[in-house]
Amino acid sequence: MIPRAKLKAQKVDAAGALLDGVALPEGGAWITRARKAARERVLEMGLPVKRDEYWKYTDPRRLTDAGAAPAALHDTQGEAPVFGQIDRVKLVFVDGVFDPQASDAMDLAGVEICTLAQAGESDLHWARDLYGTLEARGQRPVERSLASLNTAQAREGLLIRVTAKAEKPISIIYHRSSAEADAMVHHLVRVEAGAEATILENGPLAARFNQVMEVDIADGATLHHVRAQGRDHERAGVAHLFARLGARSQLKSFTLTANGALIRNEAVVWLDGAEGSAHLAGATVGDGAFHHDDTVYITHGAPRCESRQVFKKVLRHGAVGVFQGKILVDQIAQLTDGYQISQSLLLDEDAQFLAKPELEIYADDVKCSHGSTSGEIDPVQLFYLRARGLSEDTAKLLLVLAFLAEALDEIEDAGLAEDLRDRLEAWLARRA
Amino acid sequence: MLEINNLHCELEEDSEVKILRGVSLSVKPGEVHAIMGPNGSGKSTLSYVLSGRDGYEVTEGSATLEGADLLEMEPEERAAAGLFLAFQYPVEIPGVGNMTFLRTAVNAQRKARGQDELSAGEFLKLVRAKARELQIDAEMLKRPVNVGFSGGEKKRNEILQMAMLEPKMCVLDETDSGLDVDAMKLVSDGVNALRDAGRSFLVITHYQRLLNHIKPDVVHIMSEGRIIKTGGPELALEVEENGYGDLLAEAAS
Repeated sequence: MIPRAKLKAQKVDAAGALLDGVALPEGGAWITRARKAARERVLEMGLPVKRDEYWKYTDPRRLTDAGAAPAALHDTQGEAPVFGQIDRVKLVFVDGVFDPQASDAMDLAGVEICTLAQAGESDLHWARDLYGTLEARGQRPVERSLASLNTAQAREGLLIRVTAKAEKPISIIYHRSSAEADAMVHHLVRVEAGAEATILENGPLAARFNQVMEVDIADGATLHHVRAQGRDHERAGVAHLFARLGARSQLKSFTLTANGALIRNEAVVWLDGAEGSAHLAGATVGDGAFHHDDTVYITHGAPRCESRQVFKKVLRHGAVGVFQGKILVDQIAQLTDGYQISQSLLLDEDAQFLAKPELEIYADDVKCSHGSTSGEIDPVQLFYLRARGLSEDTAKLLLVLAFLAEALDEIEDAGLAEDLRDRLEAWLARRA
Repeated sequence: MLEINNLHCELEEDSEVKILRGVSLSVKPGEVHAIMGPNGSGKSTLSYVLSGRDGYEVTEGSATLEGADLLEMEPEERAAAGLFLAFQYPVEIPGVGNMTFLRTAVNAQRKARGQDELSAGEFLKLVRAKARELQIDAEMLKRPVNVGFSGGEKKRNEILQMAMLEPKMCVLDETDSGLDVDAMKLVSDGVNALRDAGRSFLVITHYQRLLNHIKPDVVHIMSEGRIIKTGGPELALEVEENGYGDLLAEAAS
């Protein structure tokens, strides 16, 4: 056992070594200030290590190493593109760098969009107030220094401000061209009072990625967020979603992950205003050398809010799934309705699911429940389907899709849900 | 059609438990055979062994459908060969729509038999017509397979699957269990509508009452893993009047 002080010193030394001689990105005064502050946070907290309680099930080394390990590009020939049938504004990144030529015009009624580089040079008050703010807030009570590292070093990202109900989704697409790119992307989203938008993200991003999305949802506003993280096997990445919700506002975030040597999706949500609602869901399909980690922290900081977490993972051939989900209910948050379910379907004995559901409740009149299960395909269901003539593979595919359906059902828009379901079915059928 | 000869089986996990101890019977095309017998006589096991459920080890004997060895086939191959088991306890499958399930099953079997798959339109037309006959409403077709169905709805859903899949050999495992009089009539009508010269039925039941609706040509009495008596429909009436006691005693003597 290494003493805590010594461990801390190692983490801090590692952060110092990583940032030694690395300059902050060029930018205007406000963003440089925010980056400097974030850099200080990294140097103070140090880098995560597996001995940290919060990284107990996931070894962060591939995320903290000096460079990215190469990851082969997945051949998407012959596959229908994700969200291909959806009318949307497409904003394209290649290896984590915004590509204006490949993107649509940033032109959508009720939505202002610009890049992080553009914003850093100008004086956007809302962006100045948001950049790094929620990330910094998210460092308590659990440190997430990779997010601070992102705030300090990311050059790329989009700023999206929604002032009305957006007519169509804003679709961020992450292509890869290099097998070795190491990407940092930092998005800001502000949904003004009463406004509503859908943000889509899809694609593998990079061989290694560190992503932050800070989301500020004002009173009565709604944000739908649907993400599909690409299929390239050997990637390592961490995506952080920090979201604060005002009164009567709504966040619905869904993530589909298929493949990735190491993918950690952190979501940190604060229900700051009364009657807010936050739904987080994920469907994961992992095969072989796959490690997937959903880490969620929802704070009920106001009365009569509702939160839901629905995470489903299908794992086989040694794939590992992790779920760490917490609901914290402050004393003021009476009449909280909190729900959390994490389930895994293990297709063979090599697969592994590690779950740590947590409730911490300081209010006395709340309704909170959580559950976590691990199971295999039900042999009786499988026999029933086969007795009706379905091949074993088809029957299993149907049962796997049925298992994931509950998470996909969390997507409000039926067209988007159907799109992802079809994609998932095609991927699974190909592998069967 | 179906030839079962001296079939023996035991539990896979415990070879001490012998369930079938030499079952023989022969069902000709167009015939309806009933198997009656007390609890634990092996009736349901026979249906599982025929349809290929895991957990049973066949130690002796044979079972063939139109000459093809059933015991060598996977469950889906038996289905494609024309065998259908209507389950005593139809299985609930949350997340799989009844319609999706039916279409996948019908097309899987058509494909296995070398027929063209049905288009979505053709399938819908067919399923609606058959569902109407069984008084299965559109809502039931949309719901997940058997989830939240009443006992009667589950059994009607089994018969709908049978009607859609058009098997040659139908095995009905206690299809009357859990049904009230009206539901039994509906299910029986559904079965009777499928009777024809090329299709055979093996109806497994505890009680004679189902056989008032589905009239058998041959009745077998099963006990302790064997057929102990075979006769005409009057055998079922005898059981109804006197119970199994006399027949069992007769067989033992």
